Amino acid sequence: MIRLLLALCLCLSSLAPTFAVNPDEVLADPALEARARAISAKLRCMVCQNQSIDDSNAELAKDLRVLVRERLANGDTDEAVIAYVVSRYGDFVLLKPRFEAKTLILWGMPVILLLCGGAALVVAARRRSATTPGAPLSDEEKEKLDKLLRS
Amino acid sequence: MIIELGHYALVLALATALIQAMLPIVGARRGDRALMELASSAALVCALLVAFSFAVLTFAYVTSDFSVRNVWENSHSLKPLIYKISGVWGNHEGSMLLWLLILVFFSALVAVFGRNLPETLKATVLAVQAWIAAAFALFVLLTSNPFARLIPAPGEGKDLNPVLQDVGLAIHPPLLYLGYVGFSVCFSFAIAALIEGRIDAAWARWVRPWTLAAWTFLTAGIAMGSYWAYYELGWGGWWFWDPVENASFMPWLAGTALLHSALVMEKREALKIWTVLLAIMTFSLSLLGTFLVRSGVLTSVHAFATDPTRGIFILAILVLFIGGAFSLFAFRASRLKSGGLFAPISREGALVLNNLILTTATATVLTGTLYPLVLEALTGDKISVGAPFFNMTFGLLMLPLLFAVPFGPLLAWKRGDLTGVAQRLFVAAAVGILAGAAYYYAMNGGPVLALFGIALGAYLIVGALTDLILRSGIGKVAANVAWKRLSGLPRSAFGTALAHAGLGVTLIGIVAVTAFETETVVEMKPGMMVDAGGYALRFDGMRQGRGPNYTEETGHFTVSRGGVVVTEIWSSKRLYTARRMPTTEAGIRTFGLSQLYVSLGDPMTGGGIVVRIWWKPLILCIWGGALIMMAGGIVSLSDRRLRVGAPARARRAPRIALGAAE
Repeated sequence: MIRLLLALCLCLSSLAPTFAVNPDEVLADPALEARARAISAKLRCMVCQNQSIDDSNAELAKDLRVLVRERLANGDTDEAVIAYVVSRYGDFVLLKPRFEAKTLILWGMPVILLLCGGAALVVAARRRSATTPGAPLSDEEKEKLDKLLRS
Repeated sequence: MIIELGHYALVLALATALIQAMLPIVGARRGDRALMELASSAALVCALLVAFSFAVLTFAYVTSDFSVRNVWENSHSLKPLIYKISGVWGNHEGSMLLWLLILVFFSALVAVFGRNLPETLKATVLAVQAWIAAAFALFVLLTSNPFARLIPAPGEGKDLNPVLQDVGLAIHPPLLYLGYVGFSVCFSFAIAALIEGRIDAAWARWVRPWTLAAWTFLTAGIAMGSYWAYYELGWGGWWFWDPVENASFMPWLAGTALLHSALVMEKREALKIWTVLLAIMTFSLSLLGTFLVRSGVLTSVHAFATDPTRGIFILAILVLFIGGAFSLFAFRASRLKSGGLFAPISREGALVLNNLILTTATATVLTGTLYPLVLEALTGDKISVGAPFFNMTFGLLMLPLLFAVPFGPLLAWKRGDLTGVAQRLFVAAAVGILAGAAYYYAMNGGPVLALFGIALGAYLIVGALTDLILRSGIGKVAANVAWKRLSGLPRSAFGTALAHAGLGVTLIGIVAVTAFETETVVEMKPGMMVDAGGYALRFDGMRQGRGPNYTEETGHFTVSRGGVVVTEIWSSKRLYTARRMPTTEAGIRTFGLSQLYVSLGDPMTGGGIVVRIWWKPLILCIWGGALIMMAGGIVSLSDRRLRVGAPARARRAPRIALGAAE
């Protein structure tokens, strides 16, 4: 019963024009509009500071949103739309940079660190098991330790 | 006159810091007690001087003394008192003074509560603190003087940036700075250990509470900032991977790693060198954060300072301290002998894994934040690194960590039994899977990733509690025995459980909002209805209003469910008159842990207005989890074990260390 109600709610709410940035920009086809939203979230608003065109209310962002929707309506694939926007505005427009020579370090950093860190740990563990524990405490330190433990 | 006194006090503070920076170190080298003891008095005097200076600036703000340029630029006589006060740190100069104030305040705490520290260690720590204080005092005096006069004095101020006129942002910077700067103490201890060439038990016992306290404040500051962005910026987003957010998030990640490695060092004498390095890195990231935010090198939604001379000055501080610290580390670290052997599968091993992943995550965020800057400087290529990059890389790194979290506290020190622990976590895993399935069923489908995320969150919560249940023997022994055992557990066990459970709660909030939030953007005319999250909202119309220093238009919405009116929502757009700057004041209603979020857009030609309505399921879990993590930090700070390290006179021990911990 509850499930039925919830299903009903979901159906009803999907009648309202969800997924839209400004009511006049919305595409009639919800599937196409959803794709447009997903693409918009990946594209940077060029005049804003770290905002996607999906979040921004700048004029330029609006133009880009409309452009993305026009290309989609013309039957372009998601990749084709993104490639088109990049060809016009450059790599700067991509919020997730492509994996290429100049972003090698950016994308490689987590992998390199995990591998190097892991290797260092293995080496350290081996070396540690080979060495003896450190020097014993001095008398003064022992006395302090006793005091600490008693308190 | 009083303004000039405040300025003069700051100059004196610089002089005091310089004395504190040099003489105690000489004393520690020569074994001269008089010179060493100078450190404590100098730290206290310095703190008083900066506090006086800060009080003077606050006084200028409260009395709206527009002959002070800084007050004129950032205040307005009609502003409510609380925002006059918060305006003190709502600008570059004042916030740097606050930074300095917190730094010298912490130095004073070390001076007062560190009576029983080895005296050379204490003198060296305070001297290192004074190096930082002197650098920043110089920075404030030379490039960011908040006491500069304006003659003739204007009649009215230019007002504080309206988005900063908010209770959340009034307390966000102080909390954040308490966290940032709190790590300076760990840094000073690390540098002192390197200078002295030795680390003893007192060192670890002192560093851990400081790390915990700084971490707790930083958690609070970040959560506060995130909630502020959520309700004030009007986009309904709560984390943007903005460079300024990253600037505060990196010290948090590194600080979390430090918290865990300090634990190993304290308990098992292992990971000494690593802990020292981590302490240096954590504060370096705090400094880097200060540089990124204060220099205006990243122009982002938060940045409100754009003067290159300041940038270069902070960069010099950064290079000096980070470079110096790492060089010192390179030369001296080999002197610190590590002890404490352990097998790879052990609690130490789990904490090492934690450190490996957290450090990698920190480095990933750091690379992502700085990469566009560096690439542009080196090659001229402009690229962007935004939320999609961070979500992917950071998310992938967090997955194995979150999965491993409940294992840590259940593994034994030195050598653990992985299969045994996995068996004990069986219930947690089962509950997790059930919770995920239940949510999936209730939401009538949805992304499979969401199901997995919810399951992981529930597994974290139950896994965190498993440790407490097993240790107290709930379900195995009589209830009163179990209760006695439970209340006899060390506070740090509860702290761990709370912090880990909080992580699970936050994760559930993030997953639920990401997967199941609904957004409705629609042009509404009075009388129109819209559905969101199972509630129906009726737009009743607009109303004009006026506050002390703004005018506003407010939309009124009636919320009903199943035909019954449950509540109403007001959502407004304000225009702050002094700066002619508009802001959105989103209308937010809470239902359990979920929220309806209504934000007004532009009026349309046909007489309607654009309204954005979000249904944010379980969104309060995000910040609720952070609150639980903070509670974990506070509970852990009150642990008796942490008080043991500090005392000189046993009788006074608890009071002393409790104060130090706070």
